[in-house]
Amino acid sequence: MTIQSVTDLEQIKEEYRLKLNLPETIKVNVGMASCGIAAGARASFDAAKHEFSNDTGIDICQTGCIGYCEVEPLVEILSRTKPRMMYKNVTKDNIVDIINDYRHNAFNNKKTRKHILGQVKDPRSLLENDMDNPQENIDPVEGIPFLEETPFFKGQVKIALRNCGYINPDSIEEYFGKQGYTAFLTALKTNKPQDIITTIKESGLRGRGGGGFPTGIKWATCAKFSGERYIICNADEGDPGAYMDRSILEGDPHSVIEGMLIAGLAIGSSQGFMYVRNEYPLAVKRLVTAIKQATAYGLLGDNIAGSTFSFKIKISTGAGAFVCGESTALMASLEGKVGRPRAKYVHTVEKGFRDQPSNLNNVETYANVPAILLKGGGWYAGFGTDNSKGTKAFSLVGKVKNTGLIEVPMGISLREIVFNMGQGVPGKKKFKAIQTGGPSGGCIPESLMDTPVDYQQLARVGSIMGSGGMIVMDQDTCLVDVARYFLDFLKEESCGQCNPCREGIKQSLDILTAICEGKGKEGDIELLEELGSMIEKFSLCGLGTSAPNPVLTTIKYFREEYESHIIDKKCKAGVCKNLFFYEIDENACTGCTVCAKKCPQNAITGEKKEPHLLEQDKCIKCGICYDACKFNAIVIK
Amino acid sequence: MSKVTTQPGNDGEEIDYLELDQIIEKEFDGEKENLIMILQAIQRRYNYLPKATLLYASEKLDIPYSKIYEVGTFYSTFSLEPRGRNIVSICLGTACHVRGGERVREQLEKTLEIKDGETTEDKRYTLESVRCIGCCSLGPVIKINEDMHGRIAPDQIDTVLHQYE
Repeated sequence: MTIQSVTDLEQIKEEYRLKLNLPETIKVNVGMASCGIAAGARASFDAAKHEFSNDTGIDICQTGCIGYCEVEPLVEILSRTKPRMMYKNVTKDNIVDIINDYRHNAFNNKKTRKHILGQVKDPRSLLENDMDNPQENIDPVEGIPFLEETPFFKGQVKIALRNCGYINPDSIEEYFGKQGYTAFLTALKTNKPQDIITTIKESGLRGRGGGGFPTGIKWATCAKFSGERYIICNADEGDPGAYMDRSILEGDPHSVIEGMLIAGLAIGSSQGFMYVRNEYPLAVKRLVTAIKQATAYGLLGDNIAGSTFSFKIKISTGAGAFVCGESTALMASLEGKVGRPRAKYVHTVEKGFRDQPSNLNNVETYANVPAILLKGGGWYAGFGTDNSKGTKAFSLVGKVKNTGLIEVPMGISLREIVFNMGQGVPGKKKFKAIQTGGPSGGCIPESLMDTPVDYQQLARVGSIMGSGGMIVMDQDTCLVDVARYFLDFLKEESCGQCNPCREGIKQSLDILTAICEGKGKEGDIELLEELGSMIEKFSLCGLGTSAPNPVLTTIKYFREEYESHIIDKKCKAGVCKNLFFYEIDENACTGCTVCAKKCPQNAITGEKKEPHLLEQDKCIKCGICYDACKFNAIVIK
Repeated sequence: MSKVTTQPGNDGEEIDYLELDQIIEKEFDGEKENLIMILQAIQRRYNYLPKATLLYASEKLDIPYSKIYEVGTFYSTFSLEPRGRNIVSICLGTACHVRGGERVREQLEKTLEIKDGETTEDKRYTLESVRCIGCCSLGPVIKINEDMHGRIAPDQIDTVLHQYE
């Protein structure tokens, strides 16, 4: 069946809205994005499928990333008569008990109670707030918190991630059930391209890949140039520590396809391309399925819904080159060539892919588009700050208690994100810095944690918004080593065609490596600053011009760490091996023998219940004892 | 079709040219723009890019061999050398790095007695570092073939590696 109008869509939509919210059977949604699967979700899913294969009362389904990755596998269970319940750490060994207890209302059974994260108060996305809350007539279970009020979820506003964790990514009908393709079909039937662009401009949406260029202006400019125009989606999410786009592609691929369709309509293009990282095989698989389904419903292809508008999407996979996230390099790679950026005095909106006008946005940007069209530009602009409108997805990772994927309104402070949602640093360790913006970004210290998440404000403290990676660092992270790490990354990934980037990064890296090995000299810091400003000024593309950021911000905010490496030859974080050693604190050691048993070098000896001794000659500083000791008796000297 | 039989290439690998035709012409329409994906398909088949396949692709797609070699060496997922039966990828993303990914790599190199990018003599393992697999909340992560192993500690390496023959 092909869909010809919004009315056609309405019928399927109603049916699936009911199935999604008030199913006839007990519906079990297992979070099966890559990270969920890595945490064991596939095994949990299979175990439940096997157990309930002949049970018509239980339906085991898959969904995308629910976001709270720290406690994966995550499973949500819902039915027509009971509250939707979210469960954490659901393994193959406990999933059957959890489902049975839900079925029998045994919410206080100790064994499964500890897995309950919370009950869902309102499963509607922001696009459905003019409809009834399906949970309205269902009484909540007493004594169980509402999921929306738990620290990790409180304060989140999901627009780009609106469907992730709610629908089966392999089902276009479920996407219909969440208002999917309504924005596109309405625009196709009633809007002029110019109106669409005006709405996007009004929304204030800026490129979510890191550049932050206003999307509406980009679309308007591209539409002005004549010739065959192309719509390109940058799904080459290369920033280490960032996985927002992967989660969207794996959890809600149709939102991106719909965003591209709308862009095609607004700009006047009939061909879209998706350039997906090779490291994301599941995203590619789900995209392929999604494109097939959209084509079968006549939402992709020729003369869509009986109109003159045609649009097709081709998927291309990258092959492991960070620089291909840069727009001109990406287009070269799409053409089957090596991904080397070119100078941008001619913009890609004028001459991009195949030298034709091309509009390139990233995954998250496109995913926002259908929501903006449905609810209006002003609605979207109602979230956020003056110059950073709307919401932004971030991956909150590193040394933080609650790791996961969050979407928050712009303007929220870094402190709220790390200490409220993230609940701070695990253990008794001290927070040191947060790194935003990937290798092009910077490390922000504790003293600036009240900085709001906003393009300008983050730039003011020397970092960038970037694509959305937020890596929390604690006292065990050496920031000189972090700067060295990023430059090592960038040295590998520099395409090598321009001198300042290729040689400048290499020289900076050599200096940093020497500092980390204890061979730092006075004057090194100044030299790094000088080199940094040179690389920044003279490199060809964004990779080079932003490459010194991690070095310059760590020098700016953590200069004393550099100095203690260079002058005192000490790495207090215990990372740079030549600059520290481990010792056992006699007073703290309880003689529990855990470290001695774990040491691969047999460097630790001692009697049970007596303080142990570490032989420095044998120690390779692998850190196993340091991590294993529960009494903080292994100390860094 | 210039060569229709299976025959060894100059690096000794048996090449099935019919199958290559299938990949280049059927799956990817003989399009130059699909070169990267064609090379990926060849690598999936042979586990690396045998020289003979590159020469053949050059002829079929009418792209100079030098350009194909350039692509094959520019992108990090391609290997021009035969790789081991199991590909051990250590994630060196930032989140894994701050959670001790470097120590996991050192332990891997020590256990396997090879460096990043090398293959063990018995061809059982190839060690590769990758830049972020996107499973950051589970860091440090290693991936063996298609299996992800999260929150891995240096002292678990032995046990995990032994699961792969």
